[in-house]
Amino acid sequence: MTQVLNRAQPADQGGSSEGDRPKTYRSIPISTLVEMAGSAAAALAMAWIVFSVSGISGALGFAFCAACAFFTVYGLLCWRLYGILAMKDRLATVAIWAGSLVAFIPLVGVIGYVIYRGGAVIFARFPHFIFADFSGYTANAPVTAVGAGAAIVGTVEQVGLATLFTVPLGVLTATFLVNNRNAFATVVSNVVDAMTGSPAIIAGLFIYLIWVAPQHQAGKSGFSAALALSVMMLPIVTRTSQEVISIVPGSLREAALALGAPQWRAVLRVILPTARVGLVTAVILGVARIAGETAPVLFVAGGNPKYNWNPFSGQQDDLPLRVYQMIFQPGIASTRDAWGVSFVLVLVVLTLFLLARLIGSKTPGPGRLQLPWHMFRRTTGEMDE
Amino acid sequence: MTTLTSSASPTDFADNDVPLNLLTKPNGPDRIFNGILAGSSGLVLALLAATVVFLCYYGFDAFRHAGFGLFTDLTWSPDTGQFGMLPLLVGSVMIAIIGVAIATPVSLSTALMINEYAPSRLRPLLTAVIDMLATVPSIVYGFWGLILISPAQAAPARWLAQHLGFVPLLRTPSPGFYIKSIFACGLICAVTIIPIITSISREVMAQAPRDVCEAALGLGGTRWGMVTDVILPFSRNGILGAILLGIGRGLGETMIVVLVLSQANHLTPDILGPNGLGSIAKEITDNFVVSSVITKSGLILLGLILFMTTLAVNVVARLIVQRTGQVSR
Repeated sequence: MTQVLNRAQPADQGGSSEGDRPKTYRSIPISTLVEMAGSAAAALAMAWIVFSVSGISGALGFAFCAACAFFTVYGLLCWRLYGILAMKDRLATVAIWAGSLVAFIPLVGVIGYVIYRGGAVIFARFPHFIFADFSGYTANAPVTAVGAGAAIVGTVEQVGLATLFTVPLGVLTATFLVNNRNAFATVVSNVVDAMTGSPAIIAGLFIYLIWVAPQHQAGKSGFSAALALSVMMLPIVTRTSQEVISIVPGSLREAALALGAPQWRAVLRVILPTARVGLVTAVILGVARIAGETAPVLFVAGGNPKYNWNPFSGQQDDLPLRVYQMIFQPGIASTRDAWGVSFVLVLVVLTLFLLARLIGSKTPGPGRLQLPWHMFRRTTGEMDE
Repeated sequence: MTTLTSSASPTDFADNDVPLNLLTKPNGPDRIFNGILAGSSGLVLALLAATVVFLCYYGFDAFRHAGFGLFTDLTWSPDTGQFGMLPLLVGSVMIAIIGVAIATPVSLSTALMINEYAPSRLRPLLTAVIDMLATVPSIVYGFWGLILISPAQAAPARWLAQHLGFVPLLRTPSPGFYIKSIFACGLICAVTIIPIITSISREVMAQAPRDVCEAALGLGGTRWGMVTDVILPFSRNGILGAILLGIGRGLGETMIVVLVLSQANHLTPDILGPNGLGSIAKEITDNFVVSSVITKSGLILLGLILFMTTLAVNVVARLIVQRTGQVSR
């Protein structure tokens, strides 16, 4: 959501952020480096001595103690050399950099681990895992016996259907919210906000009760899963579209109306086309968020190791569901295959995410009328204008 | 209403660009068009209403059986007539609170780092990386946590339990085991909470008046002084709202809890071991398909409770964040 907003907003309207920032002194003086290196060496030595004297071991504990010691030593040093204010500033800087480093560890950790465990499965016999299905699975099956093909088909169809349902509805609602500021619009806006954070399992439960349970076993299908995903996706698409549409310059709307266009033409021919790139970004981000959701499809898709091309009849597989089922299968082969499917899932989701960023960054502002598929139609020379 | 005004959203930056009000009444096609727009918005409302109504309708059976047992029973076992939802609700809340407690310092320092400390050329890249953290599916986080993090946090957890075991939170209900605990779940949920708190508090902090920041620096203040005396006081409400939204996210987290937490529902104050508190999302996911009619109804009731709790937290959070946004102008 935020990224859409940042992308699409014109450079001169960036709130109070980019343009008028104070020039700060960025480069680190050599004396600071020497002080930090000295403190680090002293801290490591202290921690090592304490650990070897008391006979404690453990890498995590050592790292923690060394970090505490570094903080103390460096703080004392700065306090003696530069005074209490400089000490606070230096320690805060160290803490902030360390804290933000912690935020990036899980991302690197999880993606690295998925590549490490899943890559081995995918590339065991390369294209096979993408096209085969799970009907050949046994507890001792070799790595080449199964594949994620059926799950990929299911994910594509379910997410595609969900997108088809939600995008028109979400964009229309967003337009309504931008155009109106009455009590009804405020209520809807708050409801959309609140639903964005509602538990994923509730969407699955709701569709199960309203659509699957009345039809018993026959109700479980790709279409039901698409409905559950739509419940999750609708608030996301509405919210992001609202942000994108609300930054379309008001003067454009005024101009359209002044030229005699009725309101519906102003919206359909001027406002939505202007916000087009932002809307595409919003939709792709919504798709990326939805494609990885497991909880909504858990009760309603059914799962199916074989290919099922028809989302409207019969149980269907999808990627997150397949990961979930393989995790709970006994045996080493199942864990291994779960990592393989996870790899495909992460690849799909992150590719969508990067695609959205790419399209979003193509335009500097919402004023440019540029379709994302222009890049395929135009010659390369015109493309990078 | 024929007014054409820009939205009341606090994140709307185009306030200087609000189109003038239309004084003429809309004609036929416009009225139809506005009707379609309003209808689609009504559908969104109807969706929420239908969710609540259906959960109420199917959960009412269990509610009639349970009565006050919902709050007084100490175990959840609808087949034997015990409807104590407290071990599950407290567990869900506990996971969210632990997750937020871990995520908040990390997120705030990340937000400050992106806004104030990192070179401004890197800012879009760093924001993208944080958003990427939110894009990785939670089942992958859960799987990763189950295989890697839950065992890895066992050693520090054992140390805490052995040395600080006199604190109620830091014991373990089943001595000797420190995996699959509420704490492990909270730790992994923190990863999914970090992007939310970071992105919202970063936006709020970026709205702090730059001239006051520069004045603080110009008067000889340090950068940290500027942060504590200008940016943090200014964005206090927004940060609070972001933290509440993080709690909402932690409450709604399903797959991580399902994969990592052990199957149990005992009301204990201990969080470091398996066989302790349960979680609503896990209870529903694990037992919904195979359970009896009355248990199904009970699980739907639990779902309703979780839904309403999350909704309440989110609405309060959004209101707080919105108020900050309006003050900032």
